[in-house]
Amino acid sequence: MIKKVVSGVHEALEGVTDGMTLMLGGFGLCGIPENCIAHLVTLNIKGLTCISNNAGVDDFGLGLLLQKRQIRKMISSYVGENDEFERQMLSGELEVELTPQGTLAEKCRAAKAGIPAFFTPAGYGTEVAKGKETREFNGKMYLMEEAYKADFAFVKAWKGDEAGNLIFKGTARNFNPCMCGAAKVTVVEVEELVPAGSLDPNQIHVPGIFVNRIFKGETYEKRIEKRTVRTK
Amino acid sequence: MLDKNGIAKRIAKEVQDGYYVNLGIGIPTLVANFVREDISVEFQSENGVLGMGPFPFEGEEDADIINAGKQTITTLPGASFFDSATSFGMIRGKHVDLTILGAMEVSENGDIANWKIPGKMVKGMGGAMDLVASAENIIVAMMHTNRAGESKLLKNCTLPLTGVECVKKIVTNLAVLEVTNEGFLLLERAPGVTVEEIQKATEGNLIIKGDVPEMIL
Repeated sequence: MIKKVVSGVHEALEGVTDGMTLMLGGFGLCGIPENCIAHLVTLNIKGLTCISNNAGVDDFGLGLLLQKRQIRKMISSYVGENDEFERQMLSGELEVELTPQGTLAEKCRAAKAGIPAFFTPAGYGTEVAKGKETREFNGKMYLMEEAYKADFAFVKAWKGDEAGNLIFKGTARNFNPCMCGAAKVTVVEVEELVPAGSLDPNQIHVPGIFVNRIFKGETYEKRIEKRTVRTK
Repeated sequence: MLDKNGIAKRIAKEVQDGYYVNLGIGIPTLVANFVREDISVEFQSENGVLGMGPFPFEGEEDADIINAGKQTITTLPGASFFDSATSFGMIRGKHVDLTILGAMEVSENGDIANWKIPGKMVKGMGGAMDLVASAENIIVAMMHTNRAGESKLLKNCTLPLTGVECVKKIVTNLAVLEVTNEGFLLLERAPGVTVEEIQKATEGNLIIKGDVPEMIL
C-alpha cells in the first residue's frame, strides 16, 4: 500500500508559491476545501489563478482570498453572490474567465484523463466561442476546449483512507472528483481519515492513484449559503 | 395575466410521465410544486443530484445537500448523487428530457440571453450554456416585458447570447408561444389577456392563427 497521508495542512500545502494556478473543488460553499483555503490566507500567497466553479461569498470560501487580493485571475462559471468579487471585476483589478459549468468540469476531467482537448456545443455562437476552433459533427456545431493545466488541486472529501481512496457525501461531491489528478499535485482534506482496509473497495468514488497528499481537516464550518426549510 | 406561480403552473402541464427535468433558478424552481402527482418525474440539479425532493424540515437541513440555487434540499427514494462531469454528461448526452429556465431576452429565431448585462451585471452563465446547447426540449419561463415595460420577446437579442436557435417554447405572464421558422407562434392567451395586449408587448414577429384559446390552468 502506498501511503498518501501528510501531517496536516502545513505539509499539505508545501510547494505552493506566488503566481501558481490552483484548482479548488466545491459548488457554492458546498464541499469546499475550507482548511486549505484558510491556510492559503495565512501563507499570504499572491498572484494566484484559481479554477473554481464559484468564488465564495464575501467572508467565506474563496472570498477570503479575494479580500486579501491574493487572486489575480478567477476561472469560474458563476460568481453571483460576492460583492467584493463583482467590485474587483468591474474595476479591472481582477481578471475573470467565465466558462460554462459543464465545460469547466470537463476541462478538469480531461486534464486528469490525459485528453488535451475536446469538443462541446456549450457556448457556440456566444462570446465564449471567441478565438476558439469550431467544427461540425453530424450537422451540429461544436467548440474546441482545452484541458486545464494546474499546479495544485485542492479537494474536499467526506472520508478518505491512508492510501488516498476517497468517498464523498451528497452534493458536496460536485467538482471535487473531477479535479483529483487534474493538477501536478492533488491535495485532499477529509472529515474522517481512516486506516487502509476500513473502506469497502466497492464504494470508493476516487481511487488513491489520483491523490498525492491527504490529511484530516481540523475543523469544518460547512456554512449554508441559502437555508431553505418547510414547516412541519 | 399570470403571476410567477401561474407561469409555473402552466409549465407544469408540459411535464410528462417518465421525464427527467432540469429546473433553472427563479420561476422554473416553482414548477416542481405543480407537477401532477399521478406521474413519475425526477428532477435533476446540475450540481450533482437526481431525484430532488422538497426543502427539509427545520432542523434537518444538511450543508452537504443543496440544489444548483444553493438552497438546502432533500432527496426522494431512488435519488442519486454524482460529480459535475457526470452531471453535464447527462445534460450534453441528452439524457435529460426537459430543461426549464429563465431568460432576460429571447429572439424570434430562438436565441436566448440570460447571463450578462455588459457594464452592469455579470453573474456568469453557470450551467445555462451547456443546458441550452444540448437540450432537445427547452421551455423559457419569464415575464413578457421587463421592469421598464419593454418587450423581452425580440427580433434580435441585444444582450450577450447564452445560446443560439435553441428555445422551443416560451411561457410568460401573458401567453404561451412556440418558436417557429417564421417567429413566435401564439398558442394560448393567459386568462383575461387579449391578443392585442400580447401583440403590443411583443417586439419580434408574432404569428396569430385563427382564434387563440385562453389557457386552461
